[in-house]
Amino acid sequence: MSSTAVELSERRLGQFGDKYFAGRPQQVLLRNWISFKSSAWIAVVSGFLEPVLYLLSFGYGVGALVGNISTTTGQVSYAAFIAPGLLASSAMNGALLDSTWNVFFKLNESRLYNAMLATSLGPLDVALGEIAWALMRGGAYATAFTIIMSALGLITTWWGILAIPAAIIVAFGFASFGMAITSYMKSHHQMNFFYIFLLPMFLFSGAFYPLTVFPGWGQAIIKALPLRQGIELVTRAMAGEFSVHLLVNVTYFLVMICVGLFFTTKRLNALFMK
Amino acid sequence: MSTINIRKVSRFGTLHVAEARIRNMAKWAGIIFFAAVINPTLYLVSIGIGVGSLIDANKGVDGVSYLTFLAPALLASAAIQGSSDEVIFPTMAGFKWERTFFGMRSTPITARQISLGLFIAAMVRTSVSVVIYWIALYYFGALESSTAWLAMPAALFAGAAMAAVMLALAGKIEKEDFFFTIVGRFIMIPMFLFSGTFYPLSQMPIFLQFFGWLSPLWHATEIGRYLTYDYPVSGPALFMHFFVLSAMIFIGLTASFRIFAARLEK
Amino acid sequence: MTKSLIHARGLTKTYGDFVAVDGIDFDVAKGESFGFLGPNGAGKSTTMRIIGATSVRTSGTLTILGKDPEVNGPQIRAHLGVVPQQDNLDVELTVSENIFIYGRYFGLSSSFINKKIPELLEFAQLEEKKDTKVQALSGGMKRRLTIARSLVSEPDILMLDEPTTGLDPQARHILWDRLFRLKEQGVTLLITTHYMDEAEQLCDRLIVMDKGKIMAENSPAQLIKDYSTKEVLEVRFGSDKNHEMVEILRPLAERIEVLPDRILLYAEDGEHLLEQIAAKGIHPNTSLVRRSSLEDVFLRLTGRSLVE
Ligand SMILES: Nc1ncnc2c1ncn2[C@@H]1O[C@H](COP(=O)(O)OP(=O)(O)O)[C@@H](O)[C@H]1O
Ligand SMILES: [Mg+2]
Repeated sequence: MSSTAVELSERRLGQFGDKYFAGRPQQVLLRNWISFKSSAWIAVVSGFLEPVLYLLSFGYGVGALVGNISTTTGQVSYAAFIAPGLLASSAMNGALLDSTWNVFFKLNESRLYNAMLATSLGPLDVALGEIAWALMRGGAYATAFTIIMSALGLITTWWGILAIPAAIIVAFGFASFGMAITSYMKSHHQMNFFYIFLLPMFLFSGAFYPLTVFPGWGQAIIKALPLRQGIELVTRAMAGEFSVHLLVNVTYFLVMICVGLFFTTKRLNALFMK
Repeated sequence: MSTINIRKVSRFGTLHVAEARIRNMAKWAGIIFFAAVINPTLYLVSIGIGVGSLIDANKGVDGVSYLTFLAPALLASAAIQGSSDEVIFPTMAGFKWERTFFGMRSTPITARQISLGLFIAAMVRTSVSVVIYWIALYYFGALESSTAWLAMPAALFAGAAMAAVMLALAGKIEKEDFFFTIVGRFIMIPMFLFSGTFYPLSQMPIFLQFFGWLSPLWHATEIGRYLTYDYPVSGPALFMHFFVLSAMIFIGLTASFRIFAARLEK
Repeated sequence: MTKSLIHARGLTKTYGDFVAVDGIDFDVAKGESFGFLGPNGAGKSTTMRIIGATSVRTSGTLTILGKDPEVNGPQIRAHLGVVPQQDNLDVELTVSENIFIYGRYFGLSSSFINKKIPELLEFAQLEEKKDTKVQALSGGMKRRLTIARSLVSEPDILMLDEPTTGLDPQARHILWDRLFRLKEQGVTLLITTHYMDEAEQLCDRLIVMDKGKIMAENSPAQLIKDYSTKEVLEVRFGSDKNHEMVEILRPLAERIEVLPDRILLYAEDGEHLLEQIAAKGIHPNTSLVRRSSLEDVFLRLTGRSLVE
């Protein structure tokens, strides 16, 4: 005899945050998996292609014009120089797509979250489930991209595998932050504004050229932005460079993750308990 | 003045449709203008100057600054992006989201006029973007020759070719689920990256160059480079570029007339 | 003390300065089918959301199965089946996937849910559509699916916010039939509506709400008895003449109401009243005798119609 809905809802009673968390974010993941299986896979799978195309076009086409790049660790091919940046960017894009447009749709158009929160789920279940899904997608992209990098001979040491966890941290930061921002957005219009900000962040992140082409103040601004932090995180992890700089990059993302989760839960609670 | 002159409506139907579209765009004029200015600036500063400084310090390309090399390609690419958006979204809205085309069909306006009207409106909007983009290029010092202003019609030509094809394609789509993803990821981005935009097409392996030949962006870029600096293009090659772009416009529009008519007049 | 499933006293909800629900009291007993009847903006949906533990009350006391929604939201929601005013089905999934995943949100086991799905599909008359994406369903089918979905957790209380608004008459009747079956099975129903026929059909007891307040509470039959006459005579004289006729007719009827397009005359015997009017040499353009309804109760209580 299986438990009833009421018995199940009483399992976490008395534990910390029992009003907000039922301990079932995996059901939100399951929902996304069902939807993914039936149709959304085209969008997800094709998303992986984008950074690969950039890598091929820029790495080899532009690379032939650029020649080698000198970095702190010596001369590297242009393709090897841009690969970590593209990986971080694609982790960002994948995570943001799931946590922004998809969340916006579920929040305001299909009202899926209203349905979820009419059950015994809590807002933290929803937030965690959605972010975990974005992460799995980010992780899958990162893994596939890492395999391609190594097939192209762009990974020369075993540290290269660290590209995957590094990209997942980046995806986590963007997913929770993106979801928090989305939960405050009221129209498509405001959403577009958010996206206007992304293109310059990508183009100026130094994914395609060393930041030294910019004056000091410009570099300072860029380094304060999350994508640059993500690129540095991936680059350093792949180079096995465990310095205090790497710690700063990781901390940056940990803060992003916590702040994002906090505001998402708070906002979802306010939205649905108004 | 309540009598509608049916003759007149049917003769100027295309212009009525175009006018309605342009009025609708005017609501977004601020954003369109903003995007038209900000987009070239971003690309010129980041890729043109950022990547350019690496290339110019190495061996350069075509004997000109990388910015000059890039300029006509970016101009044509902006035209293509703008004109495609401007036909795809109204087509989806007209057939599906708002079904306005079916409303128009109960007036004397024909399917052909609707499709041509959208196309014209898209080209008007693209012209504005192209002019703004060109001015930005000029101020960045990316234009060298006295014929550089002709790069504007060349870019528009590419925009028209792409818009015509997209009009037919968008008209065919009944379920938009992944249409935008597919157009973006399987058409627009590969075209942007593999049309000799960022480096000469001849640098790519020959099997990839083939995609370049199909791309309106490459044809317009070749014409544009010929016009903006000392880039040598032979007479027959130039003719071929014009021919391919013209053929795309012709085939795209003809197909779109058929497709619109089939959907609206069945 | 109280055996009631839902117990509300002085329940109030304000949005800024605006009072959406204004200190209402009511009790709902187990197995009862309880209605909230009122026009748009009366505060019905707000009340439903508060009971559904998805909206926090501003003041007053409320217990559902002895629990306070402010403290035990998830536990209360586990007892409820919610059919919101606007469908919020998962448009990316099929009919049976919708039921399945909704059950999973409650934490129910897959085997339990999979056993229930055929039963629920049959209840909603959607067996043939089980693998269809929700987007392709008609309004009535979506509504039935929303109800079926809400039953997957075997709720003690089913809350239906305007279950048939926007449906065509045939779809409404199918739905009513389904709700009757649930009622027979002893499910406690909470229904909001602005249709008086729906309230009369489905509710054992109801409260009439307007502007956040309760205007009256009783069974439909008793409300009609208390606030209206047995019959109503509706007459039309054409919009410009209605007003001058009112004064002539007023002494003949127990009560009279003037609507923009017609005059309502309240009497125990409508036909008799019509004869009296004719005897005076007054001949309306059209006339109709009908039984009193909740619409008349509402008109009496508020001076306004339910559906504007
Ligand atoms: N979230 C909200 N913020 C502000 N006002 C609201 C909100 N929800 C409902 N209202 C207002 O409260 C009143 C009652 O609404 P509602 O409960 O939806 O009425 P009903 O369901 O009876 O039509 C309406 O005037 C409505 O505008
Ligand atoms: Mg309502």
